[in-house]
Amino acid sequence: MKKFTLLQSSMVPLTVENVDTDQIIPARFLKATDRKGFGENLFRDWRFTTDGETKEDFTLNQSQYSGSILVAGNNFGCGSSREHAAWALADYGFRVVISSFFADIFKGNALNNGILPIQVSPEVLQRIFAAIEENKGVQATVDLENQQLSIAETDIAVSFEINDYKKMCMLNGYDDIDYLLSQKEAIEAFEQNRS
Amino acid sequence: MKKTLFDKVWDSHVVSSVENGPDILYIDKHLIHEVTSPQAFNVLEEKGIPLFRPNQVVATADHNVPTENQHLPIQDALSRKQVSQLTKNCDQYGVNLYGLGHPYQGIVHVIGPELGVTQPGMTMVCGDSHTSTHGAFGTIAFGIGTSQVAQVFASQCVLVAKPKSMRVVVSGKLHPSVQPKDVVLYVISKLGTDAGTGHFVEFAGNVFEEMSMEGRMTVCNMSIEMGARGGMIAPDQTTFDYVAGREFAPKDEELTAKIAHWKTLPTDEGATFDTEHHFDATDIKPMITYGTNPGMGVKISEHIPTSNDASFVKSLNYMGLEAGTSLLNMPISHVFIGSCTNSRIEDFRAAAAHIKGKQKSPDVSALIVPGSQQVAKQIIAEGLDQIFEDAGFTLRQAGCSACLAMNDDKIPAGAYCVSTSNRNFEGRQGQGARTLLASPVTAAAAAVAGKIVDVSQA
Ligand code: SF4
Repeated sequence: MKKFTLLQSSMVPLTVENVDTDQIIPARFLKATDRKGFGENLFRDWRFTTDGETKEDFTLNQSQYSGSILVAGNNFGCGSSREHAAWALADYGFRVVISSFFADIFKGNALNNGILPIQVSPEVLQRIFAAIEENKGVQATVDLENQQLSIAETDIAVSFEINDYKKMCMLNGYDDIDYLLSQKEAIEAFEQNRS
Repeated sequence: MKKTLFDKVWDSHVVSSVENGPDILYIDKHLIHEVTSPQAFNVLEEKGIPLFRPNQVVATADHNVPTENQHLPIQDALSRKQVSQLTKNCDQYGVNLYGLGHPYQGIVHVIGPELGVTQPGMTMVCGDSHTSTHGAFGTIAFGIGTSQVAQVFASQCVLVAKPKSMRVVVSGKLHPSVQPKDVVLYVISKLGTDAGTGHFVEFAGNVFEEMSMEGRMTVCNMSIEMGARGGMIAPDQTTFDYVAGREFAPKDEELTAKIAHWKTLPTDEGATFDTEHHFDATDIKPMITYGTNPGMGVKISEHIPTSNDASFVKSLNYMGLEAGTSLLNMPISHVFIGSCTNSRIEDFRAAAAHIKGKQKSPDVSALIVPGSQQVAKQIIAEGLDQIFEDAGFTLRQAGCSACLAMNDDKIPAGAYCVSTSNRNFEGRQGQGARTLLASPVTAAAAAVAGKIVDVSQA
């Protein structure tokens, strides 16, 4: 996993609420047996018509919006457990998703793939959307060490939550699997004790 | 200390806790399927590590298998590759696979309970959000991402913070036309799709106590649709009777000892939950969804609500429906009875009882997809196949099918489908398809009438 410390970037707004994993990556693209290339089909049916034409009014197709931070409406990532959703976002180039609420499984999947989900209040979320509308290239700074999110040219500067363990993993680029493998003895002892 | 069912099962599976971090939770049973496992097997390969406890893993192929001609090679090249990859991986790592053609093959959440793999008091995971289904047995069961599938392969554990607890109590007498699916759609329509986030839900009250195991599975299946990690129902005699005698269930003295333990699991009198919700059963009527998330549901007798919220408007636009109108008598062209929510034998019995002696509308194509080979066999044994055939329904072979449209079973763009599955997301049943979630009886009735009907009025 890539390390995450400090990120400065413009943002892509997606004001829709309850964005589900079927929108992030439709099921028909889940037939791959590796993790690569999912970015191509990120938000496929919102980006392209059934004939493969670009839908100009969708945020990812609007050149004034760019950057590695996605700002999304409430309850982002609900639905399926498919990690392909996180792979698609990461492969497309997103490192941070900001929303007022995340579905549980998505949040875990994001963190396991080096994407930082930042939960802000509904009010702050609206102010961020407004700030982007005001200045499409406005820069956001995400400081994981200090758990701070700030938006340039505005007074938006908020702290965000992340549990200590996950923060340590993100900062160092560690995977859960390495930690679990280091606990093998304890796990075997647990198995012995219960049988 | 007074403990909830959830606490008892969780606490007894914690190997240790990371300081200011998650618990290391030991997993008794790990279910896998073709879509979310290949990348996890790749991790074992890349790291050069073994699968830690292959005997605790059960595999099947369900998500993208065809539901016709399963004896032939799969036509779609990518699906064929994914399924053969699963076979190869299971061979290599010594995992029990119930693949295509095996008498135990089926949707992963149908075969676990049916084979007695699922038992009370266990922890179970699968790379699939509807793993919550198994909670019907008083089991902690939840969906995980593929990175976590790899973790369980490597260590038989997941790292996960203990969720909060919620209790949803439904008590009183249900109207005879109300199915378990209606109960859960009603609860989600009241609470919304994010109410359960961060929680494990226990469903309690006489309504769930009186439900069959099939009904309880339908309810727990959809707990994820209210955002919860999973749902649970306390094990009782109904549970023990269902488990006893199944292929992988404990037998004889072992079963007696297990049942004695299972009886200690229900929530202690006076134990507290972080959140509680109470509903009156008499208020529940047959339900249907009108929008693009499972919380957007109404009683069939009610009108679609009105709202200026942009996401609500977008959703109704997609559905081609108008706020404030009634869905009653609206023509539909497709019906799908299947998916891990409603593809067990009881669901097909209920549908068949409604269909018997009738004909489906000529304007509707109606698909019946059993959840497993065993359910398919039972359908034939009980003569239900004849009822479906006489009424003009198409009976297929086991799989996820039109629930997520990864195979050829797709609903055309713009068409309305009354579906017994669990998700009405945009494009879920095919690009542009419009899904109306309902119970098997409401779906069967819609197929016969060619439009949406209120079975409570029949
Ligand atoms: S039937 Fe549908 S919801 Fe259930 S496991 Fe299959 S795809 Fe998922």
